[in-house]
Amino acid sequence: MAISMRTAPYRVHRDPDRCIQCQVCVRQCANGVHRWDDEEAEVVSEDRECVNCHRCVVYCPTGALTISRSPLDYAANANWRKPDIDQIYLQSETGGTLLTGMGNNRPYPVYWDHLLLNASQVTNPSIDPLREPVELKTLLGRKPDSLELKKGTLAEPVPPQLELEVPVMFSAMSFGSISLNAQKALARAAIDLGIYWNCGEGGLHPEMDPYTGRVIVQVASGRFGVNMDYLNAGAAIEIKIGQGAKPGIGGHLPGEKVGPEVSVTRMIPVGSDAISPAPHHDIYSIEDLRQLIYSLKEATEYRKPVGVKIAAVHNVAAIASGSVRAGADYLAIDGFRGGTGAAPLRIRDNVGIPIELALAAVDSRLRAEGIRNQVSLVVAGSIRNSADVVKAIALGADAVYIGTAALISLGCHMCQKCYRGKCNWGIATTDAYLSKRLNPEIGARRAANLIQAWKHEIKEMLGGMGINAIESLRGNRLALRGVNLTSRELDILQVKAAGE
Amino acid sequence: MRRRVVWKEEACIGCRLCEVYCVTAHSRYPGDVLKAFKRDPDRPVPRVVLEEKGPVSFALSCRQCEEPECVKSCLTGALGVDPARGVVVVDEQHCIGCWTCIVACPWGAIRPSRGEQPVAIKCDLCLGRLGIPACVGNCPNEALQLQECGKEG
Amino acid sequence: MQYVIIGNSAAGIGAVEGIRRVDRANPIILVADEPYPTYSRPLISYYLEGRIEETGMGYRPPGFYTENGVTTRLETKVERIDTELGQVVLDTGELLPYDRLLLAAGSRPVVPPIKGIDTEGVYFFNRFDDVRALRSQVRHGCRAAVVGAGLTGLKAAEALAHLGLRVTVADISPFVLSTILDATGAEIVRGHLEESGVHFLLGTPAVGVTGIPAAVAGMKDEWKNLKEKYRKVLVRENRVDSLVFTDGFAVPVDVVILATGVRPNLEIVEGSGIAVNQGILVDERLQTNIPGIYAAGDISEGWDLVTRERRVIATLPNAYKQGEVAGINMAGGNAEYPGGMQMNSVNFFGLSIATAGLSNVDDPALEVVTRVDSAHRVYRRMTLRDGRLVGFICIGDVGRAGILTALIRNGVPVGGWEERLLEGDFGIIDLPVEVRRNWQLA
Repeated sequence: MAISMRTAPYRVHRDPDRCIQCQVCVRQCANGVHRWDDEEAEVVSEDRECVNCHRCVVYCPTGALTISRSPLDYAANANWRKPDIDQIYLQSETGGTLLTGMGNNRPYPVYWDHLLLNASQVTNPSIDPLREPVELKTLLGRKPDSLELKKGTLAEPVPPQLELEVPVMFSAMSFGSISLNAQKALARAAIDLGIYWNCGEGGLHPEMDPYTGRVIVQVASGRFGVNMDYLNAGAAIEIKIGQGAKPGIGGHLPGEKVGPEVSVTRMIPVGSDAISPAPHHDIYSIEDLRQLIYSLKEATEYRKPVGVKIAAVHNVAAIASGSVRAGADYLAIDGFRGGTGAAPLRIRDNVGIPIELALAAVDSRLRAEGIRNQVSLVVAGSIRNSADVVKAIALGADAVYIGTAALISLGCHMCQKCYRGKCNWGIATTDAYLSKRLNPEIGARRAANLIQAWKHEIKEMLGGMGINAIESLRGNRLALRGVNLTSRELDILQVKAAGE
Repeated sequence: MRRRVVWKEEACIGCRLCEVYCVTAHSRYPGDVLKAFKRDPDRPVPRVVLEEKGPVSFALSCRQCEEPECVKSCLTGALGVDPARGVVVVDEQHCIGCWTCIVACPWGAIRPSRGEQPVAIKCDLCLGRLGIPACVGNCPNEALQLQECGKEG
Repeated sequence: MQYVIIGNSAAGIGAVEGIRRVDRANPIILVADEPYPTYSRPLISYYLEGRIEETGMGYRPPGFYTENGVTTRLETKVERIDTELGQVVLDTGELLPYDRLLLAAGSRPVVPPIKGIDTEGVYFFNRFDDVRALRSQVRHGCRAAVVGAGLTGLKAAEALAHLGLRVTVADISPFVLSTILDATGAEIVRGHLEESGVHFLLGTPAVGVTGIPAAVAGMKDEWKNLKEKYRKVLVRENRVDSLVFTDGFAVPVDVVILATGVRPNLEIVEGSGIAVNQGILVDERLQTNIPGIYAAGDISEGWDLVTRERRVIATLPNAYKQGEVAGINMAGGNAEYPGGMQMNSVNFFGLSIATAGLSNVDDPALEVVTRVDSAHRVYRRMTLRDGRLVGFICIGDVGRAGILTALIRNGVPVGGWEERLLEGDFGIIDLPVEVRRNWQLA
């Protein structure tokens, strides 16, 4: 076999003064980086397989391990950077599409970091959330154009709503793309927090039955796991049209990952590939989408909101408008930084638009058309902290979806190798040995802690602006100012420049 | 009050950190893993047994039985129940290493110590050393817990 | 309620603890012919060796009797038991009335058919007094012969070898530990002991002990005078000189240890109407045929759950457990003895040996699987009956053998995975899931 020109991207450093030869690292690395050498009677490490997931580093009881980027580099070149060259070597060896996991990691502008929040000074009092209530409760779903009262009560029932204690939900992540334990962790956290989790396009595993009260069930192009029980189990139904990490691309769960558990959940034979087509083959127009939305509403007797999830692409505003008119009760928009369990690298890194601009465009368009009340907007695609949440709501969102942040709370170290199915943190894997590493109780506690922390921070920021209910912030772009943005970008965001 | 360490099979990941911390807790440097392994010439053997087969694993230690076979079988009276602490204890000075307890223990939770004249060692719940057993306190996936059980447990 | 316990070893102590689990109040009188507080008999070889001292011999801590409200009558022999009047007659003529009586007087050594065993320098190896006397007589370089290659004999041989004596072990059987080991296991153990300096004369019965004659007929007077003068040097007079075998072969020795087994001390029940066979017969609550009178330990004939018959199981764990059950029942509790089995664990010069149940029985009705690694002195033999483990031998690696013991006790079907039992790393995880989930004491 010809020599591979690829070199190890990371270096494993083992401090011999600290290593106690306990072999915990050996057992923790599913990539086989560390092994016990009988002849040398010590643990040795092989850099080449290291993905820099830090599992061994965190688990080493004496702190003997560190990982660094390999110092090896090519001749300085601002155009041909290291990844560009390495990727060519890899493709020259394999002849295949490059795969990756998690969200776009390229240095495109992050608009959240160019938006700043307002605060009260002198002329309007700020609120201390430790002393006064600040309401974060959010209702997702179609709101009537007007309310008619009869004898002090509503004459017509309000369309079904999802009630959130915090305007944050866990994004769609299927069992298969993540472990059942990861799903359980998020589901339990969602229940504890009074928010929702989303089972993705993988069906519902029987062990998830206790958590269906707060699940959004997805119907995607593969229709995996969809039946009446599934639709009725969910608190809401979400039609997945696209995903921010791979707009225009379907999904492919390789047969090797379709073990007995996944097989039960997806309702496909063991070992068969689970292919979600790029389009829904029954949706070629807004009218077709409407048919599906109303089929699902009929199936669930109009008791559940039906949402539509789309990727943020160039003409997102028009698509959003059409979807609302097709009957969507909420619209989930996934920006180009959204995560994935597996996507072609070129698609992830080059397709779609930033969620901040897409959100502003959609909110503006729906307002202009007078149909903003008919739909709730949920945005996704790299919401990293509570400030991003507050900015998203000021830009017009009702709530946000978090996927990557939720997984990081469970232990994800962003090595971006989810597609290999050998996640050392027990998250992006269905391997029984690896999945155990994520104890759902710990995961649920951690994910809930994260959202609780954000909840406190959101209240602080709202209070600082003198706002005592998140409702009052929604679409209030005067709460935002832009820095380092072009006037065109400010126009699209409908945000004033800082100082204006 | 009988106390013992119980395991959750579904959460045990077979990392063996329980063994590392058990050894440390019973070494000359109970709070220092590095020194326990690098400096203690009489580094003890772990009192917890990690059993592993395929994806299934669990860290087994003395069940602190209500009717302890080991205590009843002990030829010298070195094994006994400490009712105050709710734990089966070995008087290591009194043990002669006949291993009758090993042959009696249905869990295989007793093992010989290292050294010239090995004696029976078993989980003592780290009592007198730490607040909670070292394995419980350091299990990274919370697969081990200290259980306090009444008559029935 | 007056409890009387005859016997101060494992069964007697087990009974005290059993009674006190139910009844903290009523008095207990414990009668024993030895002068010592309860001590661990297996420790006598370690005492001989000097590894432990007298203070370390206790089977229970010094405060045991006081804490448990026990009045001891040590150095006291029982003459007989008057079941009619409910009293124990001591050899002093004193009467001890009882409401509940436990017979736990244990066993005593079998006296082998060897001539001249009353010669000085011949010892049994069962009681503390035996080794106290022996310890003062043995020193580095002495020659010792042990008659009987059983557990007791070999432990004595090991202790004597550690003390620097030249030790020969003799047995009628061609194999050591013939009651618990098979030929393969016995050869491994013999090899190990020989390597450690113990000599063996196996398969030949010892028939006599000869001593140094006190006087030789026709000895000249001047020699007699000389002998008187050097008395101190010649204290070996009438002391053991050699051990003689059937074929006339004689081994020169300075001490002889007799360890040819034990039998129950049944004299105390003679004429009492208490039913006996090899031992005292007991029911599952360990009561004899006379209500209120119980028996436990080496003296009794309890149920063997492996051989499925009543027999004397002369092991300490069995004695303790029987004593405890008897004690609970004496105090009005309700405990059943589930049956015991032969179970031994011992090591010689660092080689561990564990056996249980039908460890060495060859019978067409039994299935036997073995794994032997003679070079490393590792041997495992599993005996199955109807797909269930009924006995084992583990030599060299006894780690976790208790799981095997429990498999026997619980009668767990092991058919199909019996070969796995031969591996040294056999563990709880190897049990079928449903067995593992219910794994408890039988």
